[in-house]
Amino acid sequence: MLLLAIETSCDDTCVALLRDRPPGAELLAHRAASQAVHADFAGVVPELASREHMRLIGPLLRAALAAARLDLGDLEAVAVTSGPGLVGSLLVGVSFAKALAYARRIPVVGVNHVEAHLAAVLLDERAARPKPPFIGLVASGGHTEIVRVLDWGRWELLGATRDDAAGEAFDKVAKLLGMGFPGGPALSRAASSGRAAAFDFPRAWLDLERGGLDVSFSGPKTAVKLFLDRRGWPERPVDPIERARFVADVAASFQEAVVEVLAAKVLEACSRTGVRGLVVAGGVAANPALRARLERDAGPRGVTLHLPAPAWCGDNAAMVGMAALHHLRRGERSRYDLPAVPNLDDWDGFYEAAR
Amino acid sequence: MWAAWTQGEEETRALAARLAAGLEPADVVALIGELGSGKTRFTEGACRALGYAGRVRSPTFVLVHVYRGRLPIYHFDLYRWELPGASAELAEWEEWMDGGGVSFVEWADRLGTALPERAILVRLAHAGGERRRVVVEAPPDRWARLRPHLPPGEEAGETATREAAGAPPPREEG
Repeated sequence: MLLLAIETSCDDTCVALLRDRPPGAELLAHRAASQAVHADFAGVVPELASREHMRLIGPLLRAALAAARLDLGDLEAVAVTSGPGLVGSLLVGVSFAKALAYARRIPVVGVNHVEAHLAAVLLDERAARPKPPFIGLVASGGHTEIVRVLDWGRWELLGATRDDAAGEAFDKVAKLLGMGFPGGPALSRAASSGRAAAFDFPRAWLDLERGGLDVSFSGPKTAVKLFLDRRGWPERPVDPIERARFVADVAASFQEAVVEVLAAKVLEACSRTGVRGLVVAGGVAANPALRARLERDAGPRGVTLHLPAPAWCGDNAAMVGMAALHHLRRGERSRYDLPAVPNLDDWDGFYEAAR
Repeated sequence: MWAAWTQGEEETRALAARLAAGLEPADVVALIGELGSGKTRFTEGACRALGYAGRVRSPTFVLVHVYRGRLPIYHFDLYRWELPGASAELAEWEEWMDGGGVSFVEWADRLGTALPERAILVRLAHAGGERRRVVVEAPPDRWARLRPHLPPGEEAGETATREAAGAPPPREEG
């Protein structure tokens, strides 16, 4: 089966072409354009985001088809992120996918974005494949969810952020430190030369000892802001060397607070549920400190850790295709009136058996 | 203008719940305050009073969350709204705000003059540790509707204008 996959849930427009090759897939082409990078402004405006997706999606698909030496007539199914995400952006991908699938009378499969991030771990064919059931953590600018995956495409939510997503907290603290937005990766780079124990920012454990799997990053973020105010930032420290060290120490200390909580929560999820496999995905899963912490702590707890390659941690369409293949292999597809579902709480599979 | 102090998140939520009891369709609550001042917590407290018990999280990344309370609730976040002259892009959102729901707009000061005239302004400011200063301002018709729901607070006279509460605070990161 030759599958087109589309991702437009937020800032990035991505298309991928995959050929089903159980248990994995062959990635034939991937094309992406990020509004966060291409635009000459730091943020996103919803109407504009939709328009940018509309402008980009056709050319990206043509480029991907050309790269794979295929044409529209070769497509056998279309997968698309149908939620959660920014509603206008989701609608562009969903409408495009439905129209294309309907016109060609091929199946369309709506994919949950959280499920897709976890499926990114299957894109590296050389890596060991996690066997469900496993615990999944998706941590990014818009997500922090801990789920139990019963089978690919079947999962339940165990915990989530009560306020800011982990990546959002990284981005906001990075901006406080003058790194622009989104500055999560810059914060992580600065942290690599800082001391994680320099400053003691609070951790929100939220009943971890009683199995609480929700997380909260608004408190630690606010603590950093108030700490910076007290220290006279950004006017002080004045000395450039002292200033660079201060930024590195704040970045490392804040990163430590986030990493410590995320690692503890997912390992607690494993021990509470008796599940031995763990997949950590999403943009924050590319953070070297989080990867190192999980690699250090998982083994001694009897947990087998699976991490996607850093390149597949952020939003992409290959992971959407990978997740969709599990549904297609079971004979599941979405209807041609597939809706965009902005809220995770409103998600239901919207799948039906192929006729 | 009405002002009070809250001693922590719980009190901020409780105050929001009282204000929300006076909200009606098409009301826009503009939340203005620095990082960590309690804008999302305020919205959460209001949502509880509006009959939505689910999760209320920061919409920074996706820009808007929609909740189903006894009214539709639109929870906007303009933190990533950086484009100069973006007001032309507002048309879509104004349609939402004018509809049958109640809107909460975090970082509403980023709208500048595009902020709807009818907006109910809620300014939140750090006041040491968990303490927050909360200032509420609204056009006279809305204020008359909301005031009975609020607890006693410091009040300025009817001549209070938007300017009386000071210009929007400068962006802390700018």
